[in-house]
Amino acid sequence: MEVRILSAKFDVKNSNQLKTALKHGAYENLDKLFAMQPAEVIEEVKKSGLRGRGGAGFPAGVKWGFLPKDTGKPVYLTVNSDESEPATFKDRYILVKDPHMLIEGIIICSYAIGSNDTYIYIRGEYTTQVKVLQEAIDEAYKAGYLGEKVAGHDYRVDVTVHRGAGAYVCGEETALLESIEGKKGQPRSKPPFPAVAGLYGCPTIINNVQSIASLPFIMKEGADAYKAYGTEKSPGTHLFGISGHVEKPGMYELPLGLPLLEVIDKVAGGVWKGRKLKGVIPGGSSTPVLLPEEAATTTLDYESMAEHKTMFGSGGIVVLDETVNIVELVQNLINFYHHESCGQCTPCREGLGWMKKITQKILKGEGSMADVDLLRELCDNIEMKTVCVLSAACTMPVRSYLDKFRHEFEAYVTENEPSVAEATEE
Amino acid sequence: MSDRSQLISTGEPFEFDKKRDAEFERLIKRYPTRESMILPALWLTQEQEGWVSQEAIGYIADRIGTFAAKVYEAATFYTMYNLKPTGKYHICVCRTLSCWLRGKQEIVDYLRDEVGVTPGKKTEDGKFSLEEVECLGHCGTAPVVQINGEFYENMDVEQLKSLLATLE
Ligand SMILES: Cc1cc2nc3c(=O)[nH]c(=O)nc-3n(C[C@H](O)[C@H](O)[C@H](O)COP(=O)(O)O)c2cc1C
Ligand code: SF4
Ligand code: FES
Repeated sequence: MEVRILSAKFDVKNSNQLKTALKHGAYENLDKLFAMQPAEVIEEVKKSGLRGRGGAGFPAGVKWGFLPKDTGKPVYLTVNSDESEPATFKDRYILVKDPHMLIEGIIICSYAIGSNDTYIYIRGEYTTQVKVLQEAIDEAYKAGYLGEKVAGHDYRVDVTVHRGAGAYVCGEETALLESIEGKKGQPRSKPPFPAVAGLYGCPTIINNVQSIASLPFIMKEGADAYKAYGTEKSPGTHLFGISGHVEKPGMYELPLGLPLLEVIDKVAGGVWKGRKLKGVIPGGSSTPVLLPEEAATTTLDYESMAEHKTMFGSGGIVVLDETVNIVELVQNLINFYHHESCGQCTPCREGLGWMKKITQKILKGEGSMADVDLLRELCDNIEMKTVCVLSAACTMPVRSYLDKFRHEFEAYVTENEPSVAEATEE
Repeated sequence: MSDRSQLISTGEPFEFDKKRDAEFERLIKRYPTRESMILPALWLTQEQEGWVSQEAIGYIADRIGTFAAKVYEAATFYTMYNLKPTGKYHICVCRTLSCWLRGKQEIVDYLRDEVGVTPGKKTEDGKFSLEEVECLGHCGTAPVVQINGEFYENMDVEQLKSLLATLE
């Protein structure tokens, strides 16, 4: 089931070094790139159907097309390497195992959108990763693949790495821009969208690491070769991270469209310890959970996920075995999103805090049915009433646990709920 | 959430050493505005001192030519900036989903019961400090611990025990 497009060089020794990367074809297609018109490059990427791999799945080429023409302002490219959504661990493989693939992707994107300056925003915790990435960038500068004249062509590309410092919300594209500008990571109201007014008020494109790293293959082999993988509406391959209760957790590159359970069984070795499956989180912690019977008909593509009322997200699959306590899991999730709230919207800052308190109360055995209902109601009332979707990233999955595993919440409260008989006796 | 509003004063003036000074000057050329240097300058400070003091905030503001309040705002918002000295070995245990599913609690319990350190605190000898952190992006090799920036994957109590024994 596994394929090697993005991960082609991952097992090669010293694959992060320029010398090795060159031997395996890095930067080979820059002459071809600069012989094309930028619009042709965008067309090719549109044709490939490449969708943003940061979570939302927006077609990359289409987003680039939103840039206003001739504003007289510089155009910035920012590469989102914040990778902080729980259960997501794919981009760091690219950073460490094939950083030159990312740099080549940056050159391709920069030329297509008319940008000369790229900022790579990398999460602060990626200490070893940022070192390898910076070394690769330094090597690329020395060899003339970055700088004033990219590979001898009359085009400048400068790349700067900007380190975050422990804030999940900075993965949100406008919080990321604020962070580069030196501010706290508070998302901006949209519109204006970053394509119109982004970094330093200039037109800006933000793409995920994996989206950008997919470009060299598309340039080299063409859109059709990319589309040969995956499904019609979800073309290509994806670096899936499988974690939780499986025998062989890890990162696997797969074409989109494969049956979810088959992947869990055949690629990740199945549910660990011979236990039964309780649920699957399909695309990072913010995606609604699937019951085993739902997972059985789900395939790993954007459309199937939507049909099953969940999301493809970041491709971070979490397997839950029969021993998982769903109420505790929900508490773990709410704690995360509450902790990471930037605090500017009341429904998010206070609402998630409230949800946290109610869940704690339920877990302590002090909750009532009304609390379970209130938790559910809060999900509906918080969502889409905030500046960014961090709050929804919490309420969407929590709602799914409440709806699909309500009995587990009820089990905590029935014991202390006065029965109808008792209540009428009084 | 621990209180991140208090700065500690060392009573000593702060400045970048030669290496950080040069790095600051190199980096500032990469940005069109000087304020973009706030996060990088805080990193340089932390690299040099291990944490960020009140004096460092003032120094960074002066170097950049901005208000200390702006530097303070960033330093208190971003949780990786230490606003007080950490232990010699700063242990971060991931507390989020995949690590939780694969037994992070046993690690935290071990550190509390056997090493004598709880989240947000230091051991009495100042050797270890502990923090429970959010997903570290290594969920496929959970549970994960980061000590002074180094990742240790597929951890369990036994392995952590031998690892800590190697730390002087
Ligand atoms: C709270 C929040 C966190 C996010 N974190 C990330 C992240 O860590 N990495 C990422 O690539 N996108 C993240 N995103 C999505 C970005 O906002 C943006 O859509 C993406 O980087 C665009 O790139 P793409 O089109 O290539 O996917 C996050 C979004 C939100 C709302
Ligand atoms: S929804 Fe939450 S994280 Fe997003 S802007 Fe509002 S307060 Fe900040
Ligand atoms: S959940 Fe611990 S590293 Fe991701």
